[in-house]
Amino acid sequence: MSDVTDTGAKPGGEVDDDAEVPAVGGIVAELRHMSAEERARHEAEVAEVVAPDREIEVGVGDTLLAMRDVTLRFGGLVALDSVSFEIKRGEILGLIGPNGAGKTTCFNVITGVYRPTAGQVLLEGHPLGRRKRYAITQLGIARTFQNIRLFNEMTALENVVVGADARHRTSVLGALVRGPRHHREERQAVERAMALLEFVGIADRAADKAKNLPYGYQRRLEIARALATEPKLLCLDEPAAGFNPAEKEGLMELIRTIRDDGYTVLLIEHDMRLVMGVTDRIVVLEFGKKIAAGLPAEIRENPAVIAAYLGVPDDGVA
Amino acid sequence: MSTQETTTGGPSRLQQWRDRWNGMSRFQQWAFLVPLVLLIYALPVLNPPILSTEPGYTFSIAMFEVARYALVAIGLNVVVGQAGLLDLGYIGFFAIGAYVAALFTSPDSELAKLPYLVVLPLAVLVTMVFGVLLGSPTLRLRGDYLAIVTLGFGEIVRLLADLSPLRGNAGFQGVGQPPGTRADGQDVFNTSDGTPWYWLTVTLIIVVLMLVGNLERSRVGRAWVAIREDEDAAEIMGVPTFRFKLWAFAIGAAIGGLSGALYAGQIGFVNNQRFDVVTSVLFLAAVVLGGSGNKVGVLLGATVIAYVPLRFQSLYEYRYLIFGLALIILMIFRPQGLLGARQRLLAYGREAYRRLIGRPEQVSSDSALAAEPVKGAGS
Repeated sequence: MSDVTDTGAKPGGEVDDDAEVPAVGGIVAELRHMSAEERARHEAEVAEVVAPDREIEVGVGDTLLAMRDVTLRFGGLVALDSVSFEIKRGEILGLIGPNGAGKTTCFNVITGVYRPTAGQVLLEGHPLGRRKRYAITQLGIARTFQNIRLFNEMTALENVVVGADARHRTSVLGALVRGPRHHREERQAVERAMALLEFVGIADRAADKAKNLPYGYQRRLEIARALATEPKLLCLDEPAAGFNPAEKEGLMELIRTIRDDGYTVLLIEHDMRLVMGVTDRIVVLEFGKKIAAGLPAEIRENPAVIAAYLGVPDDGVA
Repeated sequence: MSTQETTTGGPSRLQQWRDRWNGMSRFQQWAFLVPLVLLIYALPVLNPPILSTEPGYTFSIAMFEVARYALVAIGLNVVVGQAGLLDLGYIGFFAIGAYVAALFTSPDSELAKLPYLVVLPLAVLVTMVFGVLLGSPTLRLRGDYLAIVTLGFGEIVRLLADLSPLRGNAGFQGVGQPPGTRADGQDVFNTSDGTPWYWLTVTLIIVVLMLVGNLERSRVGRAWVAIREDEDAAEIMGVPTFRFKLWAFAIGAAIGGLSGALYAGQIGFVNNQRFDVVTSVLFLAAVVLGGSGNKVGVLLGATVIAYVPLRFQSLYEYRYLIFGLALIILMIFRPQGLLGARQRLLAYGREAYRRLIGRPEQVSSDSALAAEPVKGAGS
């Protein structure tokens, strides 16, 4: 950290001076020439930088986020009907249901896009209340989008740094005069963003505009951008949509790694195999109501869930 | 895609220049810039025959016109180019700056007289306040709706100038100037010689460019671009969008007000005839023509918009026709403007890019890593 002010004081040095290698260099080191052992150590380093560095009031296994009787109406349409569930710190919770069941709506309530008509969302026991969307993100809930929504004209790295900015406090005046906090935060943000890109496996395209990235990279970039905000809860909205089986396998691996790194994940996913394989618990929605909750194995056997997905035989309907 | 080895057309030539520029050390860049800036300062004195607008129009005043358009374009570029907020009433801020200068310096005004150099920052401050006043209710609107409201704002300012305290068509004579007297007893800053005004404006442009550049290469600039790209996604990623839009608006307004105050001082007279919507559209044309979001681009655009009609006086009457056609043609063949926006928002990111791809950052090209180094372009 001590070299931060140095570089800030002599901007002329940043161009040619290879001796002054910033921490970024360590993370973006040449992977090609590494032995398996070096590689493992390097990956551990990356995970270290990526891991969340903020106080969470609740312990591992305790309730991080709670939906309490959340109801959301659009005019006459009841999108969510008294939905309650909890997400425990350190788990991967799957949110599933047929099309139109209210999964994404549920996400939108948690991230503040919609305000519940009735009921509450509590993070670490405190209601989110009428907070603005950006404030909820700063508080520690980040998300990805079902339809990819990146900042297309920005590079991959910049997309992630925008996420990291959510935790920054440089004022407009501070940026205007390039104060010490600006330099410190800028350097940390770039370092962390590079680490995140490597963590999700797309560091080789960091300098490309988001719109020019392949589809799978864009999905992963969304995850990196969300992780950059250091969320207490990471919400993934169908992150595997459009992936082939091999890519899905890779994504499951990534989601597990994210959890192991200390994050809590809420996952919407259609692919049953992926959901069953990666989640710790599952909540099932249908027509805006919670119809089941439990371990993946229980959900698989649950008649209500099977009925919801496959329909019920005609004689079952009154 | 733009760097295929066979093509040597305009875009790739431009790209080569950019790459070469980005590859230079800061010192080399200064070595290019300093003489260029000195040349720009010397222009009204040199009065080169090719560039001269005389006898039709005093060259030094023409150069001041170019400079004040350039300042306006930089300010408007923050709002339109960076934050993506379409402002069709920018002339309103320009007018407020001009009227602040007039009200506090002209003998026609009943307000207390202040020195011009005090009024200049005051004009900046007042227009900034107006930027916030206009922005706080309207920046909840988006796109076309915001454009219409700002269009209305520009007209309201112009119509308010009809009211008696602002003296409508009669206007304010004898607007103040910076102090100083020449050896022959004439004021250094006067209405017939544009050179000192030009120098003052160019100096202010350099200062403003540096400050705006600082903002662009910080979280503020990133927030603006993120808002421009996808406002909802930006907010959900933790960007306080309203606050940063308001900042863009206020900063843009302040720069417009500064330009207006300079204009009032140079011409020495302010009335309600000079702040119409068409001028607002000309300002916008300068930004779009040069390359929305690119500071060098908008300077170029402002130069074209302000200079061409003065240089070719016979075209003056047809300028709207010509600019209109030029814009249409440009939008078909080069929608990003003469020099398109380039993203280089991360000061420390340059190091990261360089380490990553083993050569200077090429973020401006469509796909930096897809472009293999071609023979001869290795240096």
